[in-house]
Amino acid sequence: MSTVSPEELNDKAQKILADIDAKGGVLKASERLAIPAQEMPNQDPGQRRHNTDEVALGYSVAQARVEASRCLQCKNQPCVAGCPVSLPIRDFVSAIAANDFGKAIALIKEKSLLPAVCGRVCPQESQCQASCTVGKSLKDVDKAVAIGRLERFVADWEREQSQAPVPEVKPASGKKVAVVGSGPASLVVAADVRREGHDVTVFEAFHKFGGVMLYGIPEFRLPKAIVSAEVETLRAMGVKLIPNFLVGRTRTLQDLMDKDGFDAVFVGTGAGLPHFMNIEGENLVGVFSANEYLTRANLMRAYEKGRAATPIVDAHRVAVLGGGNVAMDAARTALRLGADEVYLIYRRTAKEMPARVEEVEHAKEEGVQFHMLRNAKRILGDEQGRVTGIECLCYELGEPDASGRRAPVAIAGSEFVLPVDTVIVAIGNGSNPLIRQTTPGLEFNKRGNIVCDESGRTSLAKVFAGGDIVLGAATVILAMGQGRRAAAAINDMLSKA
Amino acid sequence: MKPTDYAILSKRQLSENVYMMRIHAPYIAAERKPGQFILLSVDESYGERIPLTIADADVAEGSITIIFQKVGFTTTQLAAMEVGDHLAAVLGPLGQPTHVSKVGTVVCVGGGIGVAPMHPIAKAFKAAGNRLICILGARNKDLVILEDEIRAFADEVIVCTDDGSAGRKALVTAPLKEFCEQAPRPDLSIAIGPPIMMKFCAETVRPYGVPLIVSLNTIMVDGTGMCGGCRVTVGGETKFVCVDGPEFDGLKVDFDGMMKRLQAYRPQEQRMAAGGGDHQCRMMAQAEKLEKK
Ligand SMILES: Cc1cc2nc3c(=O)[nH]c(=O)nc-3n(C[C@H](O)[C@H](O)[C@H](O)COP(=O)(O)OP(=O)(O)OC[C@H]3O[C@@H](n4cnc5c(N)ncnc54)[C@H](O)[C@@H]3O)c2cc1C
Ligand code: SF4
Ligand code: FES
Repeated sequence: MSTVSPEELNDKAQKILADIDAKGGVLKASERLAIPAQEMPNQDPGQRRHNTDEVALGYSVAQARVEASRCLQCKNQPCVAGCPVSLPIRDFVSAIAANDFGKAIALIKEKSLLPAVCGRVCPQESQCQASCTVGKSLKDVDKAVAIGRLERFVADWEREQSQAPVPEVKPASGKKVAVVGSGPASLVVAADVRREGHDVTVFEAFHKFGGVMLYGIPEFRLPKAIVSAEVETLRAMGVKLIPNFLVGRTRTLQDLMDKDGFDAVFVGTGAGLPHFMNIEGENLVGVFSANEYLTRANLMRAYEKGRAATPIVDAHRVAVLGGGNVAMDAARTALRLGADEVYLIYRRTAKEMPARVEEVEHAKEEGVQFHMLRNAKRILGDEQGRVTGIECLCYELGEPDASGRRAPVAIAGSEFVLPVDTVIVAIGNGSNPLIRQTTPGLEFNKRGNIVCDESGRTSLAKVFAGGDIVLGAATVILAMGQGRRAAAAINDMLSKA
Repeated sequence: MKPTDYAILSKRQLSENVYMMRIHAPYIAAERKPGQFILLSVDESYGERIPLTIADADVAEGSITIIFQKVGFTTTQLAAMEVGDHLAAVLGPLGQPTHVSKVGTVVCVGGGIGVAPMHPIAKAFKAAGNRLICILGARNKDLVILEDEIRAFADEVIVCTDDGSAGRKALVTAPLKEFCEQAPRPDLSIAIGPPIMMKFCAETVRPYGVPLIVSLNTIMVDGTGMCGGCRVTVGGETKFVCVDGPEFDGLKVDFDGMMKRLQAYRPQEQRMAAGGGDHQCRMMAQAEKLEKK
């Protein structure tokens, strides 16, 4: 990835597009494969590590059409099979190539409610793009058709055209549905159920709606305006949105049904409950869960020092533990809050990192220092209980285990100390126990996730669930997919009641 | 279900910096139990969320009562609000309710503003049929709160002040120790107040084998178990105050670790203070109190 200016990228694309248009858009497969993959214009790394603006600037019209022209329009559509919600990828890409953006977005919206979000945060390289024929032919996943960027392009295009149309709502059915939480799973349920004319109320513990898309994923990766636009669409559809309402405490789930007359409840309460490593020094001042650090920065706007009442530590040297999207977001947020050095400590190698490839590259470009095959052993502190350093142990990859993965093995005596004043733990999340503690009869598995069938039906009648509370910490698109199916089951149940 | 507007229904100044407010929050009023708390914020966009105990509730009116000391940025803003104003957000009731049962004799110790959260818990233990002794501590006479309210139901009330301007000139641990030495010993003690006070209460009762419950007031962000910012070490294990607490076995809490964590944002709070006029932070006030004792 480079920092070629958006103008330059656009100029190049226009020339290629002129050629394509000259041929009336009719190209041989070999010609399509020869079109250069379109680079995403990005904010300059040196600049962006000092601001919270979005890093990826988005394709221009010409770039989008050129990128879309790379698609071979495969009969068997392997990309669609790779998409958790089966977006009609081939067809929307074809519409973009043909300059019909309205049709492209309409096709997407039949299957997905949040394309502007998913286009930005989906792990495309391990989903649709992983199976794309273009990537396979060129023997490089990174050269696959940039499906995510194209999805983002048309979603942004739609948002920039006047207002996006408010979906139609059927006449009132007289049935009431409660949606708990307001992450992607919940937002989809609210929209799909409301469309059928049911009365929908969303209950959210925080004072703002959007779940992790709002308080977890940072502005520089997912502008909050996109999430709030989706929430406003729901409001325009007549969905009632109640903030500061903790189901289980403010009202139990059972009471929502028994006392408030909800005919169905969807539980989309997310992962919550951060894991710590249980190593010495973890409760020192200066050790945070990524959830806390990111919530302070994003939701409580701690980055606006001087204005926000919620403080955030002045971190100069920061160690982030973990290798997922959450770890990348925490590391890059620390840079933006003014840290001089940010180390990312991960037990395996970059190849095994679960984070999106693009985020890993962006983090490197911005100056996050990667310490691979290292793991924290203990956190060191001074008399005031403040973090002064982190002791790490080196690892090497051992023999492949039964699953074929080479497990990291600690190298005895390889301890070393990194002097840091802040440690951010981003090694995953358990599940929030609140609904479990307050909802007798609702079945949970050993890990604390709600047990349900593929339609989201739980062990309690009229109660459905989806998203991270069912899957464990997963992805936006999987949460959305589960929301879709649960909404269909709820609508089906209510139509028969 | 109607969204609530968190209107301030009444406001009363209890002492120089301590205020009592009734807030319209019908769902919380209906569900709350002694020992639980709320998170509130006064500014939708930039506000911090601070935990406050629910001191009382009126289900018919749909209101909860909060008592707070004007010490931090947010409590200063809150103290400046008047009847008819609306808070930006109130989330609750949070935390595990107090496990109230009939055990015999219960000694409740409240220090400073800690008397406010102690009040509903003491009342509940009395209602459960216990003999109830309350020890109220404050720096001076003007800072003693809720004395009349507590005298109305407690079997015995002892007031202690640092300067002797009301009640005994003593720390709360002095009468607590005397009760532990008397026969029959208290069956349970409860301490709510500055961490240093709770720590000394623990050391006071420990040799006598009197159980101690403490209610912790840590830094919080979400109050739902999502961030871990409120964590404390109890009996060697990490616990989240907002979901596992706020009450814990006082003999097992690592108070030293907790006090250090409470001071985590001291530099930032001081910076806000420099820019924010008369801002004086809750934790600084607490720390100063500790140094005095
Ligand atoms: C920092 C970070 C980065 C991520 N990056 C990516 C990425 O790049 N790509 C990707 O696909 N995924 C990413 N994820 C994961 C993704 O955000 C989640 O999988 C997804 O948001 C889960 O959606 P959900 O609908 O289950 O609920 P969540 O988004 O988790 O939202 C749950 C909501 O429910 C509320 N709630 C909880 N309990 C209650 C209750 N009892 N009553 C009322 N409300 C309640 C919470 O406050 C929250 O708002 C990331 C996650 C994090 C934390
Ligand atoms: S697999 Fe790739 S080339 Fe084939 S239709 Fe899908 S996006 Fe186009
Ligand atoms: S306040 Fe966030 S977990 Fe307790």
